Amino acid sequence: MEQKKLTCICCPLGCQIIVELENGEVISVSGNTCKRGEDYAGKEVIAPTRIVTSTVKVIGGSAPTVSVKTKADISKNKIFDCIRALKEVEVQAPIKIGDIILSNVVDTGVDIVATKGVEVI
Amino acid sequence: MRTCDIVIIGGGPAGLAAAISAKENGIDDVLILERDKELGGILNQCIHNGFGLHTFKEELTGPEYASRFIAKTEELKIPYKLQTMVLDITADKIVTAMNKEEGLFQIQAKAVILAMGCRERSRGALNIPGYRPAGVYSAGTAQRLVNMEGFLPGREVVILGSGDIGLIMARRMTLEGAKVKVVAELMPYSGGLKRNIVQCLDDFGIPLKLSYTVVDIKGRERVEGITLAQVDGANKPIPGTEEFYSCDTLLLSVGLIPENELSRGMGVEISPITNGPVVNESLETNIEGVFACGNVLHVHDLVDYVSEEAKAAGKNAAAYVKHISKKEGTIIQVVPNDGVRYTVPSTICVVNMSEELIVRFRVGAVYRNAFISVYYDNERVIHRKRLVMAPGEMEEVKLKKEQLEQYPDIQKIMFQIEEK
Repeated sequence: MEQKKLTCICCPLGCQIIVELENGEVISVSGNTCKRGEDYAGKEVIAPTRIVTSTVKVIGGSAPTVSVKTKADISKNKIFDCIRALKEVEVQAPIKIGDIILSNVVDTGVDIVATKGVEVI
Repeated sequence: MRTCDIVIIGGGPAGLAAAISAKENGIDDVLILERDKELGGILNQCIHNGFGLHTFKEELTGPEYASRFIAKTEELKIPYKLQTMVLDITADKIVTAMNKEEGLFQIQAKAVILAMGCRERSRGALNIPGYRPAGVYSAGTAQRLVNMEGFLPGREVVILGSGDIGLIMARRMTLEGAKVKVVAELMPYSGGLKRNIVQCLDDFGIPLKLSYTVVDIKGRERVEGITLAQVDGANKPIPGTEEFYSCDTLLLSVGLIPENELSRGMGVEISPITNGPVVNESLETNIEGVFACGNVLHVHDLVDYVSEEAKAAGKNAAAYVKHISKKEGTIIQVVPNDGVRYTVPSTICVVNMSEELIVRFRVGAVYRNAFISVYYDNERVIHRKRLVMAPGEMEEVKLKKEQLEQYPDIQKIMFQIEEK
């Protein structure tokens, strides 16, 4: 049996939650105060995901960079691969908010989209 | 002299929401004055997500949140001037501003909405000993450099202060290839949201040292390292607890100060606790027709509440311009007591309040299983249990006009935290 400890992020209480796992499945959650903590801990220990935000270089735009995000959350262990992939990207202005900057980033099936518009200079 | 019904100082989240609300409440002659080259304010550099959960029921990045309000401003054809610096406002609402196209100009406003936001507390305000080398940045400056200008300000970083911007920058610098060695916090608790501590520090194994501060900065030209020490109950460094960290950059995330030079200049009364204007139920300052909202009024944690507050300010300013006569009535003092540091608003005139009024406040320490109590004079009318309250998380209580009308003679409404 495996035990994982984590801090709940659902509210300022920040419960220290202990999750017991067996063969990759949650068998018990303790230390939480409410149902939200139980749900959060279950997901967080099995398959933690995050929205990743960063910037990429812009060519010929009114700003040197444009802010971007993963359109959906991706696996937490792919965060650094995702950031590395974005370092290689340069986009030509103009850019509209929501434009796809990079498709299927590091084979996550998730696109990188612009979160801001950039005009041509 | 040029005239304008409502001049809004600042085109960030507060200014935009106030302008939209004023327009939607029937005032066409609204003007936003913004000193930056684009609308949106600080949201433009906050590229992380988590904005708008309350307003839009989805998690947006800062620029996306701003874009919704900018789009609405454009749709409503609300005029704005960019790269325009307001220099002075008089008590009779003459706004003096300047920009490249028009030079110096003046506008006589019927109403003014103060929405200038806040700025970061700097090293000078902290009295950190040591040299004055390059490499000491406020967290927000570093955020602007990384997210908007495309520069990484350093490779090895120590962060003082665990406010949200500091936590967000710990993650951002890490993702961009810097090594964030430690985040030190003077207080025994973090001023940041729990979610940010987990997702910005724990996710990357960055240690958070509570009750620690910087006691020395080493380096003459560039930061070479900093010394942390533990502090006692009176926030004094404890000899013998010093730890040296080599680094080339120190980020400061040590609090925000509402930017009220213009407000002070025109004679607006400022609260020594919030450093923002003292306002009544209409978010109106001691000067009639001058309203305040957002971080210039008091520093918020969530932009959603800034937008909500600004919407109320815009509506109230519109009512003022339309000469919807303010009724005379008893002015009730809203008084913060045990555990409550301040309230916004500071006074309530029941006849002028909306059906429901949100009173926002902060507590002075971390409380678990305590109660928010509201007294109308000596009678306790609200007694609400909260599992946890912390100075870093703003609290709110909604007061109902209907209920207040049943207490026509009260002089004060007192907010306090009670153990039971």
